[in-house]
Amino acid sequence: MTALRAFAATTVRVVVLLAIALAMLAALLIATGHDVVPALSAMVRGAFGSYYAITSATIVRMVPLALAGLAVSVAFRAGILNIGAEGQLLVGAAAATAISGTLVGVPWSIGIPVMLLAGAIAGGAWAAIAGALRLRFGVLEVISTIMLNFVAQYLTGWLVRGPLQEPTQVNPQSATLVPELHMPVLLEGTRLHAGVLLVVVVAIGVWWWLRSTASGFRLRAVGATPTAAASAGGIDVPRTMFGAFLVSGLLAGLAGSVEYTGITYALYENFSPGYGYTAIAVALLARLHPLGVLATALLFGALQAGANAMQRDAGVPSVVVSVVEALLILLVMAADRWRPSRADETGT
Amino acid sequence: MTTVPTGAVLLSLDGFTHAFGRVRALDGASLQVRAGSVHALLGENGAGKTTLMRVVFGLLRAQQGVMQWRGSPITMRSPSEALALGIGMVHQHFTLVPTMTVAENIALGGHGAFDPHRAADRVRDVAGTAGLVLDPHARVQDLPVGAQQRCEIVKALARDVTLLILDEPTAVLAPAEAAELLRWIRRYADAGNAVVLITHKLRDALAVADDITVLHRGRTVLTTAARDTDQASVADAMLGGARALSASDTDVVNVVVNDRARAVSGPPVLTLDAVTVRDANGVDHVRSATLQVRAGEIVGIGAVEGAGQHELLRVLSGRLSPTSGSRTIPESVGFVPEDRHRDALLLDAPLFENTALQGAGARHGVIDWNDFRARTAALLQRFDVRASGAEVRARTLSGGNQQKLVLGRELEAAREALVVENPSRGLDFVATNAVHQAMRAARDAGMAVVLYSSDLDEVVLLADRVFAMHDGILIESVKDRDVLGRAMLGGDIGDAGVALGADA
Repeated sequence: MTALRAFAATTVRVVVLLAIALAMLAALLIATGHDVVPALSAMVRGAFGSYYAITSATIVRMVPLALAGLAVSVAFRAGILNIGAEGQLLVGAAAATAISGTLVGVPWSIGIPVMLLAGAIAGGAWAAIAGALRLRFGVLEVISTIMLNFVAQYLTGWLVRGPLQEPTQVNPQSATLVPELHMPVLLEGTRLHAGVLLVVVVAIGVWWWLRSTASGFRLRAVGATPTAAASAGGIDVPRTMFGAFLVSGLLAGLAGSVEYTGITYALYENFSPGYGYTAIAVALLARLHPLGVLATALLFGALQAGANAMQRDAGVPSVVVSVVEALLILLVMAADRWRPSRADETGT
Repeated sequence: MTTVPTGAVLLSLDGFTHAFGRVRALDGASLQVRAGSVHALLGENGAGKTTLMRVVFGLLRAQQGVMQWRGSPITMRSPSEALALGIGMVHQHFTLVPTMTVAENIALGGHGAFDPHRAADRVRDVAGTAGLVLDPHARVQDLPVGAQQRCEIVKALARDVTLLILDEPTAVLAPAEAAELLRWIRRYADAGNAVVLITHKLRDALAVADDITVLHRGRTVLTTAARDTDQASVADAMLGGARALSASDTDVVNVVVNDRARAVSGPPVLTLDAVTVRDANGVDHVRSATLQVRAGEIVGIGAVEGAGQHELLRVLSGRLSPTSGSRTIPESVGFVPEDRHRDALLLDAPLFENTALQGAGARHGVIDWNDFRARTAALLQRFDVRASGAEVRARTLSGGNQQKLVLGRELEAAREALVVENPSRGLDFVATNAVHQAMRAARDAGMAVVLYSSDLDEVVLLADRVFAMHDGILIESVKDRDVLGRAMLGGDIGDAGVALGADA
């Protein structure tokens, strides 16, 4: 019941925020001298205007945003400011790409899980670097994860020009994944792949884990008041934090490998259009609630799909939408600060 | 500015009164500091020592009171005004920037361009004149505590102060460093300056001070030359005058006498043998403490702030490991820390999750939240916690109800031993009584209970046996407020006390 209520509350928030976002967007379009109506209608069409737009643009973008958003939520819930979902996602995609080369002739029912798992493990390992730096040497994860994002980005750049480059060595990208290993498409003629089901299952799983298990509770307690967690709960705080780093990285890595097997089928330099950064907004707007992340990821998926359509059809630069996204985050954070009633934040 | 001859009054405070809400921190306090003297300002926790000096240093505007500096009345509006007049203060908690060098820290608050060479020269100059050893180029975070304190002192001296206020300067220092600092204070005052030394270490005060002022509940209760007094009379003054027993105190004594009749003969539950706790700076907080707490008794501990009781209670409750010595405690010891917001509760979590926090470190698998909801509801009932249900957030409860919740939770989880630290801090009369009742009930049910309170009346009221802790040493005392009070101030308690395992 409480979960349903929290989900409903988030949905209401998302709708309200969507309205505010559109209003801000309209103001911004007027200010920059664009025609509001054609731009906005292009945007809405691009996000929701057709069966194809909903399934192949909006929902398809929601998948990596939601997985990375869950990654950010888990970390933030533990009091860890993991800004590194972007890097963990890239490393996850790279690992899935690397292992796909060994999976020729393997049935998809084995090959796809292996690739997804490889991505998750790589993402977890990437986050573990930041975790070890924090817990062993006191390096703030805000700094280390951002730096590791750059490392991951240049690592990807090197991989697609070196070890993972396509055999023809023409473009800086990996070989295309064999069709047998593509994530199954759910609806014929669209790009909607089985990853969307996986996201829903993972979100419910993370929600249940945080809410109902001893280790999930430890993570929340450490994030809420580490001193009380240690003194009253006898909780090993560093160990719990390291666990949170791992799970967070795992989820972000999974976002990368799902994107690779479901959408791009190849690794290239600009593999992620900043999904890992937008994920921070996704998590914050959902107030770090795993089920709320599904709703906010859909909102951002729609915004980004719409932004592309707006640029294509109405000639308005899509960065206008990025400005709106940033304003939304500031708005929500200020509102939370102003009205500090956060009863729905306990994950129950 | 005229210089004041040695012996003349440099700073004079008269009739200072200040209330924080309903608490009177100062209630007509007065103080006179002479040039060329060390003036010890003494008093129990919360007697108003630091508050009075914050007024002098311009950190607090008192509601009433007249201050005179070099014979003329002044109002201090800010620390920069105080510094401009020649008054410096070194706080108990240092105010240095750890990542900066000594010279940079000392140049902070100055004006104009920063020249590292001139700043370093200035530090060498000031430190050299004052006879303090300090490397201007060392980073503060790399310095031991003693050197950090010298840096604080030089920082004040660099502003040409003639009156230096030191708030509990020896609290963080190892004994050798403390002795060195006291010698320096003496020399500094002999050179014509004045020092106000805030402390609750009687021995230090009597050893180094010329004059002594004792505050009790915001009022000046004793002003004397150090050579005209002794530890016993100063301790009496600090405790509010031994002979000023009020009716309620007499009641306490009666309760005490009745309590004594109870037979206490359970097996030992908490045992410490020569336990020492040393921190990373090499300071011993607990020195060779030996203690046995039996089932069915409350052991009370009296101590001033920073005497080592904080560490001792955490050793007893299993939250801290001793550096040396042996300890025998049950697997789970209930612990009610003094800062419940920091150490006991998740304020934004519902009550049932706060109940589940106890033992969370060892739990596995899936948590049965309905079970914890039921247990919390029963706990609210049993310990009379006023809350609308187990689902409300801990933050919405009053301090007293939060404390009852914590106490109840710990009592439910630990059946053998309970350690409580300042259990009635911030609670009103009714809540305090309820907490006391619960502790007595636990004792009567056969638990071993350890209580520390900064309120000696509370210690004597509840405890079956009492110990004083002074400077890390634990000494058993007779159950008498004044004897215990003198012992915790480091005074001689003669035949009234038995030193246990202490080498002092």
